[in-house]
Amino acid sequence: MTSKTIANSLYGWVDERLGLSDVAAFARHKTVPAHRHSFWYYWGGISLFLFLVQCFTGVLLLVYYRPGADAFESVRQITFVMHFGWLIRSAHSWSANLMIFAIMVHMFSVFFMKAYRKPREFGWFSGMALLALATVFGFSGYLLPMDELSYFATKVGLQIPAAVPFIGPAIANILRGGPDVSEFTVQRFFALHVVVLPALFLPLLGFHLWLVQKHGNALPPSEELKHPSDRKTIPFLPAFLRKDLAMWLISLNVLALLASVFPWSLGKQYDGLSPAPLGIHPEWYFMSPFQMLKVLGTLLPGEAGEIAGLLLFTLGIALWVLIPFYDARKDSGQRARTAHYFGIVAVVLLLATTAIGYWTIQ
Amino acid sequence: MSSHIVLEPLKTPPETPGEKATRRGFLVAAGAAGLCYVGALGYPVYRYLASPMEMASSATAITEVTLKDAQKLASGSVLMFKFGTAPAMLIHHLDGTWVALTAVCTHLGCTVQYEPQMNRIHCACHGGVYDPRTGANVSGPPPKPLKLFKVAVNDSGVLVSRA
Repeated sequence: MTSKTIANSLYGWVDERLGLSDVAAFARHKTVPAHRHSFWYYWGGISLFLFLVQCFTGVLLLVYYRPGADAFESVRQITFVMHFGWLIRSAHSWSANLMIFAIMVHMFSVFFMKAYRKPREFGWFSGMALLALATVFGFSGYLLPMDELSYFATKVGLQIPAAVPFIGPAIANILRGGPDVSEFTVQRFFALHVVVLPALFLPLLGFHLWLVQKHGNALPPSEELKHPSDRKTIPFLPAFLRKDLAMWLISLNVLALLASVFPWSLGKQYDGLSPAPLGIHPEWYFMSPFQMLKVLGTLLPGEAGEIAGLLLFTLGIALWVLIPFYDARKDSGQRARTAHYFGIVAVVLLLATTAIGYWTIQ
Repeated sequence: MSSHIVLEPLKTPPETPGEKATRRGFLVAAGAAGLCYVGALGYPVYRYLASPMEMASSATAITEVTLKDAQKLASGSVLMFKFGTAPAMLIHHLDGTWVALTAVCTHLGCTVQYEPQMNRIHCACHGGVYDPRTGANVSGPPPKPLKLFKVAVNDSGVLVSRA
C-alpha cells in the first residue's frame, strides 16, 4: 500500500465514526459577508486569541506561583530569578488588558451593527456574561502578586459589594476571607482565578462560539437594506480564516512588543502599615465607573451617593444587556434610532469619564 | 432571511514554471518565518521551565561538604546529609572507622538506610542490600555498588569529599 492509500483508509475509518466529511462540507460552504464594516468581524477572534494566550501564560505562571503568605516572594522569584519569568508575567498582564480592550471593541461593534437582534439574542447575553467574567478575572488576578497596588486595589474594589444594602458587608467579608485583605484573601482569589472562573468561562465561551457557527455573522443595517444579490461574501475557507489568522499574528506581534519593551512592574511587598502610594488609581477598565462614583459622591455625599451610584450602574447595565428585547427587529425604526443614541451616549460617557479620571490623578 | 451567495471556486490556470518557483519561494519564506516564531516563543518558555534544573546543576557541581560537629556522632550510628542535591550517609562504625557513601540506591533511585543490627545497608523499595563498609552491592536487584566518599575527621567536624 502506498502512503496515500493508508492515509485514505485511515481517514475513512475516522470519518465513519466522527462524521468529519459533514464538518468539512459545512466548512467549505461557510461564507462570511464582505462589506466596508467587515473589519469589526475580527475583534471576536482577536479576543479569543488573547484568551488562549492567557491560558498558556497562566499555566506557565502556575508552575512557580505560590498563593497564600508566600505569594509576593514567589512572584518576585518569577520576575527576577527564573529565566524569562519577567517576560511571561508581562505577557500575561499585557494580554489581559488587551483582551478586555478587544472584548469591548467587539461588544460595541456588535451593538452598533445591531447584531444582537433576533435570532442572536443569546450571543449578546453570553457575550455580556463573558465580559463580566473577564473583569472578575482581571480583578482577582490583580491581587495575586500581593504588592502594594494589589492590596489597595482589592481593598477599595471590595468596598463596592460592601455598599450593597443589608447583605453587602457579609458578601465583602466572605470574598475577603476576613475583615482585611490578607493571605486568606489571596488564597481564595487564587482559587477563583484559576479554577472557578475558567470552569464558568470555558463552557460559556463554547456556547458563544457555537452560536456564531449556528447563525453566522450578522449583517449591519446598511447591508440589510441592499438586495440579497447585491451583497458580497467571501468563503470562510481559506479566505476569511487567512485574514483571521493574520489578525492573530498582528495581535501576537503587538503583544510581544508591549510585553518586552514595557515589562510589567512589581511594586513593593505590602507590609501591613505602609500608606497608599501617591497617584494610585484603578486599571483603565475600572476607571470610568470609579470616576462616575466619585462625581456622584460629590453630588450626593455619604451613603446616599454610594447607593445612588450602585442603582444607576445596575440600571444602566440592565438596560444595556436587555437591548435585544427593546430593539428586536430590523424594521423597528424609532426604537433602532433610540438604541443607537443609547450606544453613543454610553461610548461618550465611558470615554469622557475615563479621560477625566486620568486627568484628575495628576 | 439573507441568502448567501456561494462564490464559485476560482479556476486556477495551468501554472507556468515561473509561478511555481515564486510559490515555492513563498512557502520557504513562510516556513522560515514560522520556524523563527516557534523559536522565539519556544526558547524563553524552555529556559523558564528549565530554571530549577540550572539552579540544581550549580549545586551538584560541589566537590566537598563540611559536616559541623559530626565528629561527635556515636559509633554504630548514621548521619544523613545532602551532598549537592542528593542524599548521602555518614556511618561511624563500632570499630571506630568512618565511611561516607551516597544514599541513592543504584537500582531505581530510592534512598537507602543503614541497619546497624543487621550490619547492612538496605533499600526498602525492592530489597537491595549493600555492604556498609565498601558500598558493594551484596544481594537483591542493585546493579552497581554505592559510591564511597573520602572522609577526613578533625575536632571541629567531618569533611566529606568526592573520591
